[in-house]
Amino acid sequence: MDKSNKSGAEALIHSLHLEGVDLMFGYPGGAALHIYDAIFNQNYVDHILVRHEQGAVHAADGYARATGKPGVALVTSGPGATNAITGLATAYMDSTPIVVISGQVKSNLIGTDSFQETDMIGVSRPIVKHSFLVQRAEDIPDIVKKAFHIATTGRKGPVVIDIPKDFTDPEYKFEFNYPTEVNMRSYNPPEGADTSRIKEAADLIATAKRPVIYSGGGVNQNNASEELTALAKLLNFPVTNTLMGLGAFPGSDPQFMGMLGMHGTYQANMAMHNADLIIAVGARFDDRITNDPNQFALSAKKIHIDVDPASVSKIIHADIPIVGSAKESLTALIEELKSRDLKTNESDISEWNEQIKNWRDAHGLNHSLLEMGAQNGKILPQQVIQSLYKETNGEAFVTSDVGQHQMFAAQYYHFDKPRQWINSGGLGTMGFGLPSAMGVQLAYPESIVSCVTGEGSIQMCIQELSTCLQYGLPIKIINLNNAALGMVKQWQDMQYGGRHSSSTYENSLPDFVALTESYGHVGIKVSKFDELESAMKECISLKDKLVFLDVDVDPNEHVYPMLEAGNAMDHMRLSKDEKTW
Amino acid sequence: MKRVIALLMENQPGALSRVVGLFSQRGYNIETLVVAPTNDATLSRLTMSTEGDEKVVEQITKQLDKLIDVVMVTNLSESEFVERELMLIKFTKDSFPENVFDESNIVSKNNKIINVQVVGTSSELDKLISEIDTNNPVEIVRSGSLGISSDEKTLTIEN
Repeated sequence: MDKSNKSGAEALIHSLHLEGVDLMFGYPGGAALHIYDAIFNQNYVDHILVRHEQGAVHAADGYARATGKPGVALVTSGPGATNAITGLATAYMDSTPIVVISGQVKSNLIGTDSFQETDMIGVSRPIVKHSFLVQRAEDIPDIVKKAFHIATTGRKGPVVIDIPKDFTDPEYKFEFNYPTEVNMRSYNPPEGADTSRIKEAADLIATAKRPVIYSGGGVNQNNASEELTALAKLLNFPVTNTLMGLGAFPGSDPQFMGMLGMHGTYQANMAMHNADLIIAVGARFDDRITNDPNQFALSAKKIHIDVDPASVSKIIHADIPIVGSAKESLTALIEELKSRDLKTNESDISEWNEQIKNWRDAHGLNHSLLEMGAQNGKILPQQVIQSLYKETNGEAFVTSDVGQHQMFAAQYYHFDKPRQWINSGGLGTMGFGLPSAMGVQLAYPESIVSCVTGEGSIQMCIQELSTCLQYGLPIKIINLNNAALGMVKQWQDMQYGGRHSSSTYENSLPDFVALTESYGHVGIKVSKFDELESAMKECISLKDKLVFLDVDVDPNEHVYPMLEAGNAMDHMRLSKDEKTW
Repeated sequence: MKRVIALLMENQPGALSRVVGLFSQRGYNIETLVVAPTNDATLSRLTMSTEGDEKVVEQITKQLDKLIDVVMVTNLSESEFVERELMLIKFTKDSFPENVFDESNIVSKNNKIINVQVVGTSSELDKLISEIDTNNPVEIVRSGSLGISSDEKTLTIEN
């Protein structure tokens, strides 16, 4: 190992290199300039200059979600740090492993309201897994080691390292030693399988008549998709995924019921409501799933596998809590089931699967809308997603922003692989789509990366089009343009008598084609259904270009199904004039 | 029901704000909070009392345990434990209730003011305050509850 003398800034970059980091996103400024100079003088870690710090953190987050490796962002003090906050909160809510390094004013100026000073540790405290304020340059290697360890183990999450400028001073050098292991008495996340209740779980599985496997983002984060799929196949149990869990079980598999929850499919929500056993894996029973928790799946026993002890029995009591790695615990469960040569109630299970099929036939999503052509002369947003799915053979990475387009993408693009679908599920951050797509595209330069967005969300981080030109990122932006903040407008239609308070733009939208072209990319406008498929083909075929496909969609379309608040999961609106109760 | 939770945390800057911040962030109420270094200088012990049902307290202890700076958490009220609180009361000489306190309670005295000290459970102190209320104490200061388990269980770590 390189033990030569290094400055704090050099030690920081070298520590990142030793953690396997070869790419970071950031934006320079006064308090970070020593660090930027150290970046200039080395070849291990590439730096991507974004156009706004929020973009840097989302890009690092997208990179982490797509690869499973920790993402890294570097920002300066004050406004650099506060601009990173939305990105941190986004990563915190979805438990993604990122490390954000912020420059801080010199240590002797801390607390004096000096120029560009913000208490980053204080401001970020509730939205990080942990944070470090560097107190000595010599501590930097040890802190970097701990930060990556904390970010990437247990329930993953963002970690902040705040470094006062004097501790990166190039004039002050010290002997560089990178620790080989981390030893923290106060941090011992569950590792491996929790086998203490596996036999009881298997007993419940053996006698279940109406079981559901409900899995979430934890399965993707823990790379447990293979094990989850193996369990479902072994048992022939129906599977549903949360918004964060899509891709953990193949979306095009007949055993898959689709997403559940607020805008989940009819069959997935009905199956949850009527189940007698719910096997929850890496999911946290949040309010977008359970609807009223007091009326949630009352006849079901719950097996809850999660690495975070605080998530188990937080909202819904777990009859069988299993606190450990999803991957290892699922493996242990599969072994247990195989060892007893398990016989499930096969006739009951096939009857249950038949019931689910009937629900699907009655009110499932229509995945053939594209073949139906224009609807009242308009393009349905769902048809655009189906066209994207068709032209990318279901193999693209899809990032999204937040709103109706996000739900349409989740419902209509069948994700067969984990880490293929990247969106801000927990925080619901508009502006996440484009910068996160940059992180994905840089990690997988040869893959098709599309960003499904709306004319509202895309304008929240549109400045990153410039970053995409600088680094040649051929992202396919699919803009479902309904000339309104669609989800807000939908709620206003449903609950506020159609009073569209501040959800439309009164003809003030930019010409997105001209805008994209001024950034040096390709823009394509689609306003007629007949143009949709050829334009989508062209968009995907321009391999080396960023393409902004601006599609005028039916502005009156709503997202359905939709759970009726304050009720059980079987209370759904199925269209503007159909409901289940 | 009143619950007493005790924890050991790393004695370093920022640790306390993480614990206190967690309470406001997650909407839990803290009734009393006491924090001091332990005989192991790298650790602080923090004792808090809170109102909440069993489910809420279970969530609080789990969330506290998740904080990276927290080494160990225990819900003392889960089993038998001793709870004590210190109270200091200031009286003017004229209003001092001689029938309530004896000489051993008095910690300072001059020609105008008498300060007394009382140690007891929080409810004993509550009761005492209600009894002396008519005597117009000038000031009452309470330390908040400390707790220790009654049996062989300890909240310590081996170094």
